[in-house]
Amino acid sequence: MENKLVVSPSPHVHSGDTIAKNMYGVLIALVPAFLVSLYVFGLNALILTVASVLFCVITEYVIQRYMLKRIPTIADGSAIITGILLAFNVPSNLPLWILAIGAIAAIGIGKMSFGGLGNNIFNPALLGRVFLLISFPTQMTSWPLPSTMAPVDGATAATVLENMKYNPEALSSVSDMFFGLESGSIGEMSAMALLLGLIYMLWKRIITWHIPVSILVTVGLFTASIYLFDPSPANNPLIHLLSGGLLLGAIFMATDYATSPLSKNGMLIYGVGIGVVTVCIRLWGAYPEGVSFAILLMNALTPLINMYVKPKRFGEVVKNV
Amino acid sequence: MLKTFRIGGIHPKENKLSAGKSIESIPIPSEVIVPLAQHIGAPCQPVVKRGDPVKVGTLLGKSVGFVSANIHSPVSGKVKKIDKAYDSSGYKRDCVFINVENDEWDESIDTTAALVRDCSLTSKEIIDKIFAAGIVGMGGATFPTHVKLTPPPGTKAEVLIINGVECEPYLTADHTLMMEKTEEILVGIEILMKAVNVNRAVIGIENNKRDAIDKFKQFAKSYPTIEVQSLKVQYPQGGEKQLIDAVLRRQVPSGALPISVGAVVQNVGTAFAVYEAVQKNKPLVERVVTVTGKQVANPCNVLSRIGVPLTDLIDYAGGLPETTGKVVSGGPMMGKAIARIDIPVTKGTSGVLIIPTLEARRKLMKDCIKCGKCVNICPMGLNPTTLMTLTEYEVWEKAEKEKITDCIECGSCSYTCPSDRPLLDYIRLGKGKVMGIMRARKN
Repeated sequence: MENKLVVSPSPHVHSGDTIAKNMYGVLIALVPAFLVSLYVFGLNALILTVASVLFCVITEYVIQRYMLKRIPTIADGSAIITGILLAFNVPSNLPLWILAIGAIAAIGIGKMSFGGLGNNIFNPALLGRVFLLISFPTQMTSWPLPSTMAPVDGATAATVLENMKYNPEALSSVSDMFFGLESGSIGEMSAMALLLGLIYMLWKRIITWHIPVSILVTVGLFTASIYLFDPSPANNPLIHLLSGGLLLGAIFMATDYATSPLSKNGMLIYGVGIGVVTVCIRLWGAYPEGVSFAILLMNALTPLINMYVKPKRFGEVVKNV
Repeated sequence: MLKTFRIGGIHPKENKLSAGKSIESIPIPSEVIVPLAQHIGAPCQPVVKRGDPVKVGTLLGKSVGFVSANIHSPVSGKVKKIDKAYDSSGYKRDCVFINVENDEWDESIDTTAALVRDCSLTSKEIIDKIFAAGIVGMGGATFPTHVKLTPPPGTKAEVLIINGVECEPYLTADHTLMMEKTEEILVGIEILMKAVNVNRAVIGIENNKRDAIDKFKQFAKSYPTIEVQSLKVQYPQGGEKQLIDAVLRRQVPSGALPISVGAVVQNVGTAFAVYEAVQKNKPLVERVVTVTGKQVANPCNVLSRIGVPLTDLIDYAGGLPETTGKVVSGGPMMGKAIARIDIPVTKGTSGVLIIPTLEARRKLMKDCIKCGKCVNICPMGLNPTTLMTLTEYEVWEKAEKEKITDCIECGSCSYTCPSDRPLLDYIRLGKGKVMGIMRARKN
């Protein structure tokens, strides 16, 4: 018996799941939305997305290799996703140098300064986006019309949410919003494309339904109950659900592993919180869009939720026949 | 709607390579090595010495104390010596070495194949017979059966649950036994019911063994107090607590025994051994072992005497493949990787799994990405990633509060982790530490 046998503790099999598999799964889920953004905004969308991914990956590589002196983990796909999501959250005519600053903020501050993947408190892409929003308010709020709708190249127009806040009569139809024909950031265009991505991720068990559903149901119910009292288009639940970054946020940003609760009940509380804060900001806050801030706020509460909301333990409730 | 346990669970690839292979008896070698410690509890005291003649069934070692079990000779011949030899623990322990001569069985044993259904013994007589025959849990845990059948004062059994689940991938020993010894198992269950004074028994079988479910449902018609329950294929369906939750919808509280919810659980192989012990006076001297693996030439279910070296079983299945990386005694989720294959078959050896080199080593672990998958699948509702961190930082009070001692070591967490973190390793470490602290506190 010449073979040397490996002796290690059980279990001796593994599911084969890897970080990369989950990240690349999210990437695949983002493809429909990306294709719609290419159709709607053309070359700008492509340039922005590719640039954002490059900036994020390079930032992560440089920090890991030269500052932390570790083996870079850019192959796991998480920086790529941050890049894509950051690009999806900005207007399609954003100057690239501003985008680069956003990427460095997202990866450098939002992710690496906390310890890298899994240790960050805030969603890196959202952190980058909000950083840019506050630092470059004009450039971050001039929304080019989709090329299909623009009377001239480069014409900008208000987004659905801006209209809801300031000019409700100018709102586009619900079907336009569902399929992706409105002014806004390049990622929030087609609800259908985003929902396809959600279905894919649920099928591949990358995420569970708890966060997206709790966010959307909360927003729907909250705005519906206000709509009952004041049926202005600004309060229309359907428009709220389909507009702005809500679907993008609910499906792709709020579900980020490191910044959301671990237990299922915790996830529901988290989702409800995001829904409530989003609607409050949209209806009564200073900004037309509330999803980014709502998610960041609930990210901050996630450790607290994790501490107090534990999964149901076996044998906690003794059942007797 | 198939019944199943309500918290967590995973679905590893079943890989039942040896399914449908009928039980084959493996030839007896010229020497067997019978360990004196094959069960939970104190090892046996040898009652034979060098030169003693033995027959199949002769007592070799007497149990010491209540939680212990007798050990009988699996062969006939002469005792060569009592010496230390390696067993699956990796350490040398006391064993009885026997030079095999022929295959003579003790006169009291009924070696005929005829089914004997009638049993007029009392509960106590049955338990005594089970104790005398050295019966232990055949699912792999090797807990002395007579102890389980003797509920502590103040508790009462309501239902006997028979574990025909075999949720571990690769293993098919129980499945094959259920197909070939159906009636004997049913009689064994009847005897067990008498032993614990219950009038209801449920056999739980996972839905991937439809033929066994159908066969049992058909034969159980003559045994009206025995039900057959098909269960969803999910790991760890065969865990005692999970099985009780699935079948009875009752969850055993933390730190308590199954008897506290009125349940007594026995493996289907144990039920068969009980039949042989009580009706045929045959002590536990042999068992069905699955020899399997992706590169094994002939995955099979062999009936082997205790004390036969695993090398014989592996040779019977086609020999050890060239690119073998790891050999596991038991199943892939909870089995024990062994350092050498010349160790003997014991009462708890349910399977020999040969794992190719490419699958034998773990991958390098990465940081926890907080995906929460381990939390979602833990069948005890624990938080494996937190427990691992608490153990790493030696925060024992918090670990105890987080119920690290509830862990059943099923391995689902390590199996699922996309960062290849050795969650179970740390939890086992922490468990041991915390239990030590709890014990010291009591004193």
